[in-house]
Amino acid sequence: MFGKLSLSAVPYHDMIVMSAVYGSLLLTLLILGLITYYRKWTYLWKDWLTSVDHKRIGIMYIILSLVMLLRGLSDAIMMRSQQALAAGASHGYLHPDHFNQVFSAHGTIMIVFVAMPFLVGLMNIVIPPQIGARDVAFPYLNSVSLWLTVAGAFLVMVSLGVGEFSKAGWSGYAPLTELKYSPGVGVDYWIWSFQIAGIGSLMTSINFLVTIFKMRAPGMTLMRMPIFIWTSLCTLVLMVLAFPVLTVALAMLTLDRYLGMHFFTNTLGGNMMMYVNLFWIWGHPEVYIVVLPAFGIFSEVVATFSRKPLFGYTSMVFATMAIMVLSFVVWLHHFFTMGASPDVNIFFGITTMIIAIPTGVKIFNWLFTVYRGRVRFTSPMLWTLGFITTFSIGGMGGVLLASPPADYVLHDSLFLIAHFHTMLISGSLFGYFAGYSYWFPKAIGFTLNEKWGKPAFWCWLIGFYFAFAPLYILGFMGMPRRMYHYSNLAWHPYLVVAAGGLALILIGVLCQMIQLVVSIKQRQDTRDLTGDPWDGRTLEWAMSSPPAVYNFAAIPTVYDIDAFTDMKEKGMAYQKPDRYHDIHMPKNTGDGFINGILVFLFGFAMVWHIWWLAVLCALAMLFLLIARASDDDTEYTIPAAEVEEIENLRYRQLASAAEINRLAGGRGEPGILPQV
Amino acid sequence: MKRKKYLVMIGLLSLFGVVFLGGCSDILLFHPKGPIGDAERFVIIVAIALMLIVVIPVAVMDLLFPRKYRSTNPKATYMPKWSRSAKIEWVVWLVPAVIITILGTLIWHFTVHLDPYKPIDTGVKPVNIEVVSMDWKWLFIFPDQNIAVVNQLVFPVGVPLSFRITSDTVMTSFFIPQLGSQIYAMAGMQTRLHLLADEPGTYLGQNQHFSGRGFTGMHFKAIAVSPKEFEAWIQKVKQSPDKLDPARYQGLEKPSVNYPVSLFSSVTPGLFDGIIRKYNKTMNMNPRVVKEASESIHLKTGVSEGN
Repeated sequence: MFGKLSLSAVPYHDMIVMSAVYGSLLLTLLILGLITYYRKWTYLWKDWLTSVDHKRIGIMYIILSLVMLLRGLSDAIMMRSQQALAAGASHGYLHPDHFNQVFSAHGTIMIVFVAMPFLVGLMNIVIPPQIGARDVAFPYLNSVSLWLTVAGAFLVMVSLGVGEFSKAGWSGYAPLTELKYSPGVGVDYWIWSFQIAGIGSLMTSINFLVTIFKMRAPGMTLMRMPIFIWTSLCTLVLMVLAFPVLTVALAMLTLDRYLGMHFFTNTLGGNMMMYVNLFWIWGHPEVYIVVLPAFGIFSEVVATFSRKPLFGYTSMVFATMAIMVLSFVVWLHHFFTMGASPDVNIFFGITTMIIAIPTGVKIFNWLFTVYRGRVRFTSPMLWTLGFITTFSIGGMGGVLLASPPADYVLHDSLFLIAHFHTMLISGSLFGYFAGYSYWFPKAIGFTLNEKWGKPAFWCWLIGFYFAFAPLYILGFMGMPRRMYHYSNLAWHPYLVVAAGGLALILIGVLCQMIQLVVSIKQRQDTRDLTGDPWDGRTLEWAMSSPPAVYNFAAIPTVYDIDAFTDMKEKGMAYQKPDRYHDIHMPKNTGDGFINGILVFLFGFAMVWHIWWLAVLCALAMLFLLIARASDDDTEYTIPAAEVEEIENLRYRQLASAAEINRLAGGRGEPGILPQV
Repeated sequence: MKRKKYLVMIGLLSLFGVVFLGGCSDILLFHPKGPIGDAERFVIIVAIALMLIVVIPVAVMDLLFPRKYRSTNPKATYMPKWSRSAKIEWVVWLVPAVIITILGTLIWHFTVHLDPYKPIDTGVKPVNIEVVSMDWKWLFIFPDQNIAVVNQLVFPVGVPLSFRITSDTVMTSFFIPQLGSQIYAMAGMQTRLHLLADEPGTYLGQNQHFSGRGFTGMHFKAIAVSPKEFEAWIQKVKQSPDKLDPARYQGLEKPSVNYPVSLFSSVTPGLFDGIIRKYNKTMNMNPRVVKEASESIHLKTGVSEGN
């Protein structure tokens, strides 16, 4: 009846796991209780869970990402503390089976359920308004993608208390992930959560590619697109091309595990290197998928807070495209040590190094945007400045690893770990944090507290160096990655320092949590009445904060890269249209959410071999698909009169903002407040 | 003045870094004990030095520019529309391009030179060693001496070592950091590695690639001794009552953690090839080894297998 599932799947005996399970359950109950207490269930269902509005979907993506970030961080705490303890005679507090699950979950979660949802969330919030669109091309598909990602994340969370997670690393190299070497359900949890989230990402990429290509405001030619749109576009192309490879690789592994096939097994003609190739043909573009949008964010932030257009826009566009193309011809640098001929290694080594050129160009362009500007040290700008140097140092490690002779000794060492954490933390995460504090007022309607934002940055930056500088050295000392215990005592002091660095990062995270609470409490004082708190340069700042459901009452016409700055300078910003028109918007629907639940159940059933449930869920999904496809009543109309009402309210807000500014002696910086 | 101070600071820091890395003998990769590791250290140092040409200016500009052009400094020039300069763009494209060209050329040369498959030519006949990675231990077979050892590798100084490597389990990576290059061990396939030790000593040997529960304990002592001592050691192994026949191998195959060092006075001939054939009836999928194998088959039988 329940396949392989029985009560013994719950790890009652393991105190550490069970405390995490109880903690998560308690937190969930608390949240559910609060929702019930404040009678918010209807609001939650009507306005959020069923929403197809890109802004709400974006916010939900980011909430998911932040929650999973805490989970990923707690995995990091366990790894760092275990390695700080388990030297020589001491074996620390984690059993190897547990430690191996922790690092596998850490990698999977941070890439698939933190980085991806964060960047997709920011894309959701920013792309449509930046191109002057009212929504994405396929709003319902957007909701489906979100709930697929959530379903995947849920599977990972469930694996904590029911069964186990994979013990074979986030990259799941065969044949270790084959049935013979990993008979448990851990790898299955990994496969299905990865697969489900991956399909969600693929749908997102199709959706946003169409949005960018087909829904730009009149006048916005490709070379007038804001740089964030460009970097997102390149990211989306990478996603469309790379994710199917992952889907196929995982599907083949699934066939091996479920139907006894032999794609990647040791025996009967299977070839593990085929898996490794397929995985990195997705995996390397994936690195750029998570970093390119962050490059876009840094570009927007650095221009806005230097009060200057981005230096070398055209260079920047071509550099981004170069990175996009090159990222597909470098994957083999993840396994120079497989014994390929020098010719093969040279090809992939040099293509990898070439990526350093456009990346270097980007770094200099950001610096020359600051040059002769008027720099405001807000927290988005601090994240950007912290990123520039840190990322260059990480890039140095990258070029080093791209040289096969150096990789022969540094491969799979802690040097590699230090390198890619430098890239992903400074490159991606700092970028997302910059975007988070930059666009927070746009999405939510009030600015974040800077008093807590700045210490958060400093703790992260300094903590980062303390956590990862020792790892670079440990790499040179020959320490491999993924060790739950080591007998070489010379490594020990460095790992203690690294644990200290993580502690500092955690203080940074604590500051960010306090920042959020304090900001919500002070929201009446920090309300963004103008919709343009930073003197922004692109179209999203032309909307109110938070924007009306339709974003723009009248679609703007674009004449420049920095479209909104251009409007402000010409005095065209905040103009009332002659008359308002009816606006058609997509209706909310619960189908995406229900589909998510079905997919989650399907994944769970597949993990535990509960075949009847899997078949049932598959049929239900098919039924849902047909029902949705035959539903013609998916839009509603906002009458012109209602639009006018909403817009008038907006103009009253603008007027009151101008009044506040006048009363304050006009201390507001010039250009921030509109002339109404 | 300020700029000078920053430069001095960065200079001191990098000097400190070099002294620190070079001075501390625990930093294995900076204390190689053979020509392969030596060359690899050279590549690492040259690459870092070349890249510092870009990274140091970036770090300096990242500090100076925002400081100078802060909004509270009305004395600094402000050019609100300035966003392009052909001169600067030429420099920022060309300088990294030139550095990468130099580095690429260097890497090209060293990748060919350091090909793990390339025999080391010193005029001395190399010692052949067959390596089998198992759950979770290393088996070393000396085919010419017909002996085998688990979890310990003894070899003569100044004599090239010619490794043939495979795995009887998942993929692992065979690595002696102070001698240089690592290479994957894969079931059903054979990889090659050539190393040489210049100095006698006991070095750390390990599996660099995660391979499951017992991975952490999968390390061994790599002991470089004088050729004379090596001969004596072989004689000692030959005294061992333990023989590695198929039955004994089956016992060894069982997964075990922290397996003790074991000596085998004889080995069933063809054991290594048998382990590969267990997984791969057509011998090998690595085209480089297929070529090698077909050539040797050709030599032995005079018939080409047509691979």
